[in-house]
Amino acid sequence: MKPDLSINFAGIKAPNPFWLASAPPTNSGYQIMKAFDAGWGGAVWKTLGVPVINVSSRYGSINYRDTRMAGFNNIELITDRPLADNLKEIEEVKKYFPDHAVIASLMVETKAEWHQIIKDVENAGADGIELNFGCPHGMCERGMGSAVGQEPSVLKTIVEWVMEVAQVPVITKLTPNISHIVDPGLAAVQGGTNALSLINTVKSIVGIDLDTFAPYPVVDGKGTNGGYCGPAVKPIALEMVKELAKHPEIMNTPISGIGGIETWRDAVEFILLGAGSLQVCTAVMHYGFDIVREMKSGLEEFMIDKGFNTIEDFRGKALPNVTEWKHLNLKHKVVAEIDSDKCVGCDLCYIACDDGAHQAIRIPEDNENRIPEIIEENCVGCNLCSLVCPVEECITMVDRPYEGEPITWHDRTEAGTIPTTFDDDRAGGKHHFVPTVQDALKHRN
Amino acid sequence: MSEYKKPNTTEEFEKNFSQKKPLMNPTEAYFESSRCLTCYDAPCIQACPTGIDIPLFIKQIQTKNLTGSARTIYSSNWLGNACGTICPTGVLCEGACVYNHQDVPPIQIGRLQNYATSMAIKQEKRLFTAGQDNGRKVAIIGSGPAGIACACELRTMGYSVDIYEAKSKPSGLTLHGIAAYKITNEEVTEELDFLTNQLGLNFICNHAIESKEQLLSLESTYDAIFLGVGIGPTRSLALEGEEKENVVGAVEFIEELREKQESMSIGKKVVVIGGGNTAMDAASQSARLGAEKVTLAYRRDKESMGAYDFEYKLAISAGVDSLFRAQPVAIVGDEKATGVEFVQTESIDGKLGYKADSEFIVEADLIIKATGQAKCLPLLNLIDQLDLDQRNKIIVNENFQCTNPQYFAGGDAVNGGAEVVNAAFEGKQAALGIEAWLNNKQS
Repeated sequence: MKPDLSINFAGIKAPNPFWLASAPPTNSGYQIMKAFDAGWGGAVWKTLGVPVINVSSRYGSINYRDTRMAGFNNIELITDRPLADNLKEIEEVKKYFPDHAVIASLMVETKAEWHQIIKDVENAGADGIELNFGCPHGMCERGMGSAVGQEPSVLKTIVEWVMEVAQVPVITKLTPNISHIVDPGLAAVQGGTNALSLINTVKSIVGIDLDTFAPYPVVDGKGTNGGYCGPAVKPIALEMVKELAKHPEIMNTPISGIGGIETWRDAVEFILLGAGSLQVCTAVMHYGFDIVREMKSGLEEFMIDKGFNTIEDFRGKALPNVTEWKHLNLKHKVVAEIDSDKCVGCDLCYIACDDGAHQAIRIPEDNENRIPEIIEENCVGCNLCSLVCPVEECITMVDRPYEGEPITWHDRTEAGTIPTTFDDDRAGGKHHFVPTVQDALKHRN
Repeated sequence: MSEYKKPNTTEEFEKNFSQKKPLMNPTEAYFESSRCLTCYDAPCIQACPTGIDIPLFIKQIQTKNLTGSARTIYSSNWLGNACGTICPTGVLCEGACVYNHQDVPPIQIGRLQNYATSMAIKQEKRLFTAGQDNGRKVAIIGSGPAGIACACELRTMGYSVDIYEAKSKPSGLTLHGIAAYKITNEEVTEELDFLTNQLGLNFICNHAIESKEQLLSLESTYDAIFLGVGIGPTRSLALEGEEKENVVGAVEFIEELREKQESMSIGKKVVVIGGGNTAMDAASQSARLGAEKVTLAYRRDKESMGAYDFEYKLAISAGVDSLFRAQPVAIVGDEKATGVEFVQTESIDGKLGYKADSEFIVEADLIIKATGQAKCLPLLNLIDQLDLDQRNKIIVNENFQCTNPQYFAGGDAVNGGAEVVNAAFEGKQAALGIEAWLNNKQS
């Protein structure tokens, strides 16, 4: 039986958790209708608000070797299309797709403006509202976007204005350009928001033109910081989603996960950390709406494989396993094992370990195949060799048994058994192998 | 001069007939799938006769969703695994890959397809379920790719299907007619078992349909009948001495080879007559069986050959010699053939002419005719109102329905002899045609 992908996110229902984030792909009814037909479950309309003027030359990207757009950056503002046009199109989309989620992203300044625009989008039939407190370029210079997201007290006040009138669920979208994501998250919850979404883009300079010395994207010889997104930002987003999902005063507020989602695997990761819906932009800007089919297929196969019938069955399942460092088992021991049948002799693991880590790999001198060996007594189980290895399933990290019960830094602190001086025999690193000066200089002529 | 020694053991046979598209390992699949650009409205899909969503299944491999990948492949092509290795991908999907325009090697789509489906088959992933019984019955004559594709599609819609096969094993051409270095017997059998186990295909083997009574019985028992009969034995060349025992047809030669493998005997000097893909297969395989000299003889010039260029090159690389502009005129020898007498040809205003006094003999102790196949006329002529075209191909409409409306047809019997992937497409379309026709009849 096919698993049920449908969600009810803070009262907003959608046939699946895959939503388009508020961004260029949701700039018009045309795009959103195409997207729904391709299989997307919802869309957050490109932010409606005050009149703006956009510049020409708006996007830049990081290409990692042959991978285009591993990271992506933009200096585009909120929608520059007339509000009336957008409202008319929201109404049209809802007429054709009554069961899909249409959420209006909003960004205005005064209380009166907020009240008015909320009424407008509700009249147009929006299923929900998202407050854009994230945009880190342009709009923040005018006191909106991330300028609000970075000031929890201001953010809370605006959320309160919104909640005074909103009839549909309200999602507050947070900026990651802040040292502690809980502060704005908590402020939004205290202001009464129905849900949170994160992350908006990360403030960034994506590169510099080496001939003109101007940052990308270049606008008439100059540039400005943009908002960074795409696969490169996923780890930042996952961490921030986790921070909120584990916080006792925030954990009951639904979270929409955003940041670098491109495949079903990314989606599952966000859900495992507590996200109840997922928003995607860069992947669509790269490949078009059709990529949702890969995401849905993979999500379904994953759920069949694991025996989950609904998204709620596994939402947040990774949260109990995310803990503080002090609660990690200090006795846990893994060591690297190299499958010599699979090894191709690139020896990247050797040099990574010898120069970059813990000198726990050697290349036997009489070894024609260049197959390296793990020096198990030196191996601290850091994973680096297995991460650089270009062969699938060649270097694996294998558990080694340890004696007695697990023990953590926290346990040891409680028990008063932590080392306090470096000559304390219980201190870490004390018995590490360190090669000699002669070893270091042996390649000199 | 051939480069191969006669194989005497299974290992030696497997070495001589090493697979042209071997199964990828996980590292290969990872890197290769990462290269796909995921083109919009991808040219590779358009070049695939079954229209497989290639960028999707490659992305699914990339994201380690192999089950989903296999599902994507099989949803378009019921012989997804076999087609991955035997399709002439260089002229189909891989030939269309946009990387070709940049002189970058195209994505190895066939091998990726084979990889994803092989994983699903090995792990016995449940991909299909038979539809709820809809009370309709269809007979399929011929268990080749077209018949299998038609049967699978019908089973998913809830049809009861019986597949009649004259030979002792199902699979048709994939088991009997494809060069041994393109697919192994095990691979063919495993894919068929995979489909059969999930969809409940009912094969009735050693059961040739060859009489009017049998046909009448089928017509009264089944709602529709699908003809997946392929094309028949090698056509006669009407040459003097052709009946000698060491003169064989290419189709029969390949069939015997696929069955006997290393115990197949081969002559020392082999002449293969013909210029199509089957001729290339026969010549290439003769060399791999250890024949000392293999001569490929074709009556026109190289450019006029019907074979794909890569198939010709494969034969040459196996040590096959080619002889162009040579028209066979007689098989020479007493009891056994000892050679073929040819006459040199020339092209006169595009027509084939013979040079006077240019006869010559090429010695041979095995002569393989790869000069086309006869159609299954004895059976087709028994069916009322079944129209054939001038080349004796079954005439069908866009739903692969014959002029006798109870009959549908697909594969070589309709297209005159194309690829397995074409048969897979036509068999599936015919199933949809049967459904549409019966629905229409009912309403």
